[in-house]
Amino acid sequence: MARKILLEHIQVQNINTFEVYRSKGGYAAVEKAIKTMSPEAVVEEVKKSGLRGRGGAGFPTGMKWSFLAKPDGIPRYLVCNGDESEPGTFKDRFLMTHIPHALIEGMIVASYALGANTSYIYVRGEMMPQIRILEKAIIEAKNAGFLGKNILGSGYDLELYVQPGGGAYICGEETALLESLEGKRGNPRIKPPFPAIAGLYGCPTVVNNVETIAATSWIINHGGDEYAKIGLERSTGTKLISASGNLNKPGVYEIELGLPVEEFIYSDEYCGGIAHGKRLKAVVAGGSSVPILPAKLILKTAADTARLMTYESLSDGGFATGTMLGSGGFIALDEDACIVRNTWNFSRFYHHESCGQCSPCREGTGWMEKILHKIEYGHGTLQDISLLEEINKKIEGNTICPLGDAAAWPVASAIRHFRDEFEWHVNEPMLSQKNNYGLANYGA
Amino acid sequence: MLRIHDTTPVKFHETLVEKFREIVGRYPEGKQKSALLPILHLAQAEYGWLSPATMDAVAVFLSIKPIEVYEVATFYTMFFLNPQGRYVLEVCRTGPCCLVGAEKIMQYLEQKLGVKEGEVTIDGLFSWRGVECLAACGMGPVLQIGPNYTFYENLTEQGIDTLIDELKAKSQK
Ligand SMILES: Cc1cc2nc3c(=O)[nH]c(=O)nc-3n(C[C@H](O)[C@H](O)[C@H](O)COP(=O)(O)O)c2cc1C
Repeated sequence: MARKILLEHIQVQNINTFEVYRSKGGYAAVEKAIKTMSPEAVVEEVKKSGLRGRGGAGFPTGMKWSFLAKPDGIPRYLVCNGDESEPGTFKDRFLMTHIPHALIEGMIVASYALGANTSYIYVRGEMMPQIRILEKAIIEAKNAGFLGKNILGSGYDLELYVQPGGGAYICGEETALLESLEGKRGNPRIKPPFPAIAGLYGCPTVVNNVETIAATSWIINHGGDEYAKIGLERSTGTKLISASGNLNKPGVYEIELGLPVEEFIYSDEYCGGIAHGKRLKAVVAGGSSVPILPAKLILKTAADTARLMTYESLSDGGFATGTMLGSGGFIALDEDACIVRNTWNFSRFYHHESCGQCSPCREGTGWMEKILHKIEYGHGTLQDISLLEEINKKIEGNTICPLGDAAAWPVASAIRHFRDEFEWHVNEPMLSQKNNYGLANYGA
Repeated sequence: MLRIHDTTPVKFHETLVEKFREIVGRYPEGKQKSALLPILHLAQAEYGWLSPATMDAVAVFLSIKPIEVYEVATFYTMFFLNPQGRYVLEVCRTGPCCLVGAEKIMQYLEQKLGVKEGEVTIDGLFSWRGVECLAACGMGPVLQIGPNYTFYENLTEQGIDTLIDELKAKSQK
């Protein structure tokens, strides 16, 4: 069995309650950090661990923490990003539902390290049941003396609150999230200043993903060096992968980084292969925003080495032949899936979710949705395919936040790797309404 | 779109106001506007949707301008600016769920309820709509029903039949 850190006790009955979580060694990291370590020493351990942000960008967490400005007399904030709206990603929901105390414990450790006395967990509004679960866990932790005034007699105070979103993917982007937490529309801010300098209420703020925060407890308990031994090279530790689409066993899996993609898809320990005995056509490996790859390129890199579940291996080959680990939203498409339809669907998502602040994104995502709809329904032309590529280039890099890039990449990569399927929709408008293009030469 | 012709004044009952006050206490002095989203959720749970009068009352409570409430309520998709059915069935329509049959589920729901997306059934009980990714892709197709956002996973046509029957029975109690 593979190494488990976050989900080590997932099978234990009632692990969602404080007593059971505590009986399995829970909150030991809070005790160790607050009683025996300085905040700087906690940051140092996280730095040593090599932990990288699990929200999608993979930025080193310890480094982010050390960038936090500490001007005198100004409060600092830790805000946890539980917006989880990237299509294909559902690991944070899993963690908050089943082991809420893992997040609460991590929040206390991280808040202590950053010197925050008030911290917020921003959870997408649709996860009302998870919000209730977290609020209950907070009360339990508070009753046990791990939250509130003078935690464990240390003199350190911390209040923790859960904030609901309102249904907006853009509020997963950290500055939009902060706007939303201030009671505003989720329009991303221009950076700089970065949140580490001016974040929530203009104060220094760290924003971290749920899974990132939850991982810090183990690092404090066992040391950063121990964590760094897990995983592969610069992809240290374990990662929760949300597996969906046409798989035998979709679900949330904790993997040690470095696992071969092929093993993840086909072994019984993980996804158990493609559903209904079908063959794999394509994979979106890190949430809808990352480039889609045909089966042969997700299993092996262009250099014919096994593709591994690491930040580096998945991006091997750049965007020409690689993709990204992203948020770990692993979507498998079987031989019956239509790439054009899937791309249109994703474009509709980005168009719907664009906040409307920047013209290239607001207009461009709408155009892409319309053109893809046209091609999917048999009214497209070959020029439409080039037009899509053109629009893509005009969005990418030209917006305040990366939602524009996130909207452009799925379309660009679908055309890059599956152009013949787009052309088939144009050339065979009648046939493409009835049949699927199938596997062609994409399969492994 | 805001339904500005609906001007029935709204007065929140005391227990609700108490909850609002507790929420405002979560933020620093002067940052009470942060309470806007949580309060709008509570108000919507109470009235089923956000009328301009409800939003105006929220603005008064938070000492902010009405426009600050409208601009937020119109931005976030969870807030209803029109009256809905008693049960709003929100089906995920994004990629991963569509790979496992969400589109068929929506067609079935439309046929079963006899109303188009966004419309309310004559008995006032149901409305439905497609929504974007609900972060439950491995359990697709999925739908949610507010205000508690109860989740229904791995949907089938029979599952929809049972759910509708259950909700109908519940509404008669
Ligand atoms: C459009 C967009 C949506 C995002 N959605 C999420 C999200 O749902 N959850 C998340 O943790 N990060 C999301 N991010 C990334 C955040 O901006 C930020 O990088 C992250 O929360 C930092 O936490 P980490 O370093 O722990 O990963 C999103 C970014 C963009 C541009």
